[in-house]
Amino acid sequence: MNKLINIIKGGISDSFHVWRAELDHTFKDLGVVIFFIVVPLIYPVLYGLIYNPEVVRKVPVVVVDQSQTSSSRSFVRKLGATADVAVIAHCPEMEEAKRLVDKKEAYGILLIPSEFSRQLHTGQKATIQLFCDMGSMLHYKAILMASTEASMNLGREIHILTEAIPYESISLYNTQSGFSSFLLPAILVLVIQQTLLLGVGMLAGTSRERTRSGLLIPSGKQYRGTLRVVFGKAMAYLLIYAYVAIWTLLIVPHIFELPQIAPYGNTLLFSLPYLLACIFFAMSLSFIIKSRETPMLVFVFTSVPLVFLSGVSWPVSAIPVFWKWVSYLFPSTFGVQGYVKLNSMGAKLSEISFEYKMLWILTGVYFVITCILYRWQVHKADKKRLEKSNF
Amino acid sequence: MTKNSNNNWQAILMISQREIMRLRNHKIYWLSMVGAPLFCFVFFLSLMYEGLPTNMPLALVDLDNSITSRNIARQLEAFEGSEIVYTTNSFSDAREELQKGNVYGIMLIPSDFERDASLSKQPQLSFYTNNSFLIAGSLLFKDLKTIATLSSAAVNLKIGRAKGQSDKELMPQIQPIGLDTHPIGNPWINYSVYLSNMLLPGILQLMILLVTVYSIGIEMKEKTARKWLQMGNSSLIRSLFGKLLPQTGIFFIVGMILFIAMYIILEFPLNGNFLNMMLGMLLAILSAQALGIFMIGVLPTLRLGLSFASIWGMLSFSISGFSFPVTAMYSWVKALSILFPLRHYYLIYVDQALNGRDMIYSWHHYLALAAFIILPFTILKNLKAAIRHLEYKP
Repeated sequence: MNKLINIIKGGISDSFHVWRAELDHTFKDLGVVIFFIVVPLIYPVLYGLIYNPEVVRKVPVVVVDQSQTSSSRSFVRKLGATADVAVIAHCPEMEEAKRLVDKKEAYGILLIPSEFSRQLHTGQKATIQLFCDMGSMLHYKAILMASTEASMNLGREIHILTEAIPYESISLYNTQSGFSSFLLPAILVLVIQQTLLLGVGMLAGTSRERTRSGLLIPSGKQYRGTLRVVFGKAMAYLLIYAYVAIWTLLIVPHIFELPQIAPYGNTLLFSLPYLLACIFFAMSLSFIIKSRETPMLVFVFTSVPLVFLSGVSWPVSAIPVFWKWVSYLFPSTFGVQGYVKLNSMGAKLSEISFEYKMLWILTGVYFVITCILYRWQVHKADKKRLEKSNF
Repeated sequence: MTKNSNNNWQAILMISQREIMRLRNHKIYWLSMVGAPLFCFVFFLSLMYEGLPTNMPLALVDLDNSITSRNIARQLEAFEGSEIVYTTNSFSDAREELQKGNVYGIMLIPSDFERDASLSKQPQLSFYTNNSFLIAGSLLFKDLKTIATLSSAAVNLKIGRAKGQSDKELMPQIQPIGLDTHPIGNPWINYSVYLSNMLLPGILQLMILLVTVYSIGIEMKEKTARKWLQMGNSSLIRSLFGKLLPQTGIFFIVGMILFIAMYIILEFPLNGNFLNMMLGMLLAILSAQALGIFMIGVLPTLRLGLSFASIWGMLSFSISGFSFPVTAMYSWVKALSILFPLRHYYLIYVDQALNGRDMIYSWHHYLALAAFIILPFTILKNLKAAIRHLEYKP
């Protein structure tokens, strides 16, 4: 019995030793400090600044009015009055209008044909042609919305016809369809996982370069048990990332006025399994890293596919089954979904229980994998020591 | 040709041969120059193969439960874009489904809908879309709006017929002005055309920045840089040229694989000349390599150089303006965007692939990409000094 207590005591004190040593390594290593602190600090701000205008307003369009009647002019006035587009020029010919679009001075052309007014007033259907540059979906959307709105308003004026079934459209959550409110939350969550991958990877690469044996753990006597090494290191990362999470998940959204419906407590409660899952995920993957600098070549680009796998930009329902299964391997998938639902959509914790559970499952899975991999390292280290003492 | 210049070419050739061996022998180059880009090509092109997401899940709250309301549901089902996966008579249930992310929108048909409609009492259809998921939300919005308009038209038609008006009289009253939309170059509103065309060259560019910085920085770290510089007869330009040329070749091949996949196999719109796009890709590669040299020259430490490359490469996706347009960004961000090669590549792609515009509208973007090649010359001295004197600091 006493023996067991001693083992536990030893384990805890060794864990603390590893924990302190890991924090020491981290803060002495400028490269790791960049990933653990500088990048999470400035990266979300840079993105925030790029996307902060949120919406596209006053997209320049050209009008080719071949009708030149009071109704066509009324249409153009209504178009210009919308928030989405600005009529920057009237051209007599399509050729000229096209040139303006080619020069990127405008992104759409509205062609009102000469028979427009006659058709409109003789009970025929009148048609307006809209040509749109498709380089940016948001330009297209803005122009389409404004043109539809203007044509419907004019139609209502001409036929004083009551709508049989009026409709109201309500955009729930992210009510102004802001781009930043849509994409930034995903980036904020992803930054945590990616910087952990980079930082933990770099620490692993450095240990491999430093220890002559190419092992992940130093030869100190405190490193002779798997659990103490894994716990010690994980606690060190958790301590740092607790602060990082408060910054990226609570303060940054506040600065950029992103939707933040969830009480802070819920966000923090949710971020615990996310941080743990990311930490063990990063520790597991750090085993493929052979040198200090390779993490950047291997991990940075994955952020782009991961944004899409998280189901924020490309809808989950449209992700092919194979890739959906792949997405389940990454904590970010559930982290992003859960965070967006909590914060942007005001879901209760009970409504994101799936994501919450999955994060704990991933925590467990990657914890076990990390332990197996470290155990193998501890064994190898033991063997090395044995070989040495035999000589 | 003088003997001297002959020697110089020979030196470059030797360095290139040395580089090819280095690339062959280290897995990390395979992984980052070929593996990562090809993986992303396969990933994005298969992820968005559909082009436009279909069957977006939707909840229907039918408080009327009449023939008319069921009719609306059936019509909605017939749309490719949306699918009713949840029917209920409780709005709060539907909202919960929305919050769980199981549906992206809700259509609400009020009670007494059929009766009120037939009495011309203007019952209101309501639809709710979730714009936290912007693409899903806006696609559903489009379908729901169409349904609402159609339903309204159907009722008007019915009332009008009852009054004895003919359909020919009625139709223009129901929709007096039609909008005939021509999305130039991408008439299917294909999201893969829109996104892959930029995401994938963006990934390639990110990897070029990283590999350029890495392959130079690692020479300093592993203390082979001085030897490398000597091989170029102490001319850094020659050494860089010999070293990066094989990489240019590999990246160009990868770029062409992308073009073949997009423009030939998947038949993405290529309304201009293929050669113009090839030139754009080549210059985009060269400009990224030049920017990479500049980065390691300014910060001649491997990890700082790589961090610089990572941040620049990642921000390129946003600041190039294909997702959120540059025209809507703050003016100082807009001004900074010209410092990102991907921005110029984007404008070249819009002109030359999507719209097939005359070169007169794009030549200055080709020129801008070419201008990046000047960058390395501004830091040659710094880089040379670093190679000669700096020790690797982890």
